[in-house]
Amino acid sequence: MSGSRLALGLAAVAAVTIGAASVRTGAATPEVGLRSVEDFAGIENKRERSLALFAEVGKVIQHPRCLNCHPAGERPSQGDAMTPHNPWVVRGTDGFGAPGMRCATCHSEANFDPARIPGAPKWHLAPIEMAWQGKSLGEICRQIKDHRRNGGMDMARLIHHMGEDELVGWGWHPGAGRTPAPGTQKQFGELFKAWTESGTACPKA
Amino acid sequence: MPYSITVNGAVREVDVDPDTPLLWVIRDNLGLTGTKFGCGVAQCGACTVHVDGQPRRSCALPVSRLGNRQVTTIEGADGPEAKAVQAAWAARDVPQCGYCQSGQVMSAIALLREVKKPDDKAIDLAMNGNICRCATYVRIRAAIHDAAKALEA
Repeated sequence: MSGSRLALGLAAVAAVTIGAASVRTGAATPEVGLRSVEDFAGIENKRERSLALFAEVGKVIQHPRCLNCHPAGERPSQGDAMTPHNPWVVRGTDGFGAPGMRCATCHSEANFDPARIPGAPKWHLAPIEMAWQGKSLGEICRQIKDHRRNGGMDMARLIHHMGEDELVGWGWHPGAGRTPAPGTQKQFGELFKAWTESGTACPKA
Repeated sequence: MPYSITVNGAVREVDVDPDTPLLWVIRDNLGLTGTKFGCGVAQCGACTVHVDGQPRRSCALPVSRLGNRQVTTIEGADGPEAKAVQAAWAARDVPQCGYCQSGQVMSAIALLREVKKPDDKAIDLAMNGNICRCATYVRIRAAIHDAAKALEA
C-alpha cells in the first residue's frame, strides 16, 4: 500500500517536473499580445520606428507556429519545442510532401483535436528559399524583402500573405496542445503593413 | 448525424457523431475490420486507407470532413498495383504478426501508382510512417521492388 502511494507520489513529481521542463524548453511563452501600430507612432525617427515595428512583427515570425513550417532543411519541426516532425516527412518537390507520404496523409483542412493533428487548407511547407529556422531576425528581414527568397512576392502580396492567408492564420488557432502566435492575425497584418510603409528597415543582426 | 459515404465503390449510410474518425466508421459501423487501429494519432500507419486514391490515416480523419470523396479499404484494393503488391507480399512472406500489414500494403500500392520504379529513398520516404513492430522493413522494401519489377514487365 505504502509502496503504491510512493509510486503515485513519484509519478506526480515526475509529471510536474516534465511539465515545468516543457514550459522552459518551449520557444513559445504563455504571454501574449502584440503592441498596436499606434504604440509606435511616438517614435519620430522613421528608421527607428521601422526597426521597432519589425521587432514586433518578429515576435510572430520567430514563433514556433511559423518557424516549424519554414525549416532550413527538408524536414519540418513540430510543437512548441520545435522537435523534428514525427513521422519523418519531407518538403518534396512542391512543398506538399513526398509521393505516398503527402502532408494530407495525416493533415486535413482543419485541426482534429481528438487525435491532436493540426490542419488547415493547403497544409504544406514553405519552399527552401524561404527557410527561416536558424536565422536571425535581421537575416529573415532581408530575406522577406528579396524576391528570389520570398516566393516572388511584392510588398502588396506579402501584406496579404501575412495578414490574410488562411494557412498563416492557422498560427493563431493551432488547436489543442499548441501555443498560438501572439496577438491576432489582424494585428500582425497591420504591423507588417506599417513596417512596409515605414521604409522596411531591417535589424543588422 | 447521418452521413452518406462511398466505401469500396458502394454508398453506405451511417449515423455517427461528426467527430467520429473514419477508422471507427469503417470498422465498427461497416464491419470492414481489415483496417487496423494502432495508435489513434496518425503515428503508426496501421489505419491507412485510400481517399480519392491517396493514402490517408483514417484515425485522423473525422467522417464529417469526408464529403463526396471515395474511400478504399484493404478489402476493396484492386488494380495492377494492388495485385502486384499482393503477389510480392506473398512471395516474400512479408508479414510476421501481420497487424500493420493492411496499412503497409495500402501505402505501398499508393506509392507504386505514383512512382513506377521507386528507389530505396523513395520507398523509405513513402513508407516510414507505417511502423512495423516485427521490423519487417527489409522484406517490405524488397517486396515493393519486386512489385515494381512485375509491373514493369
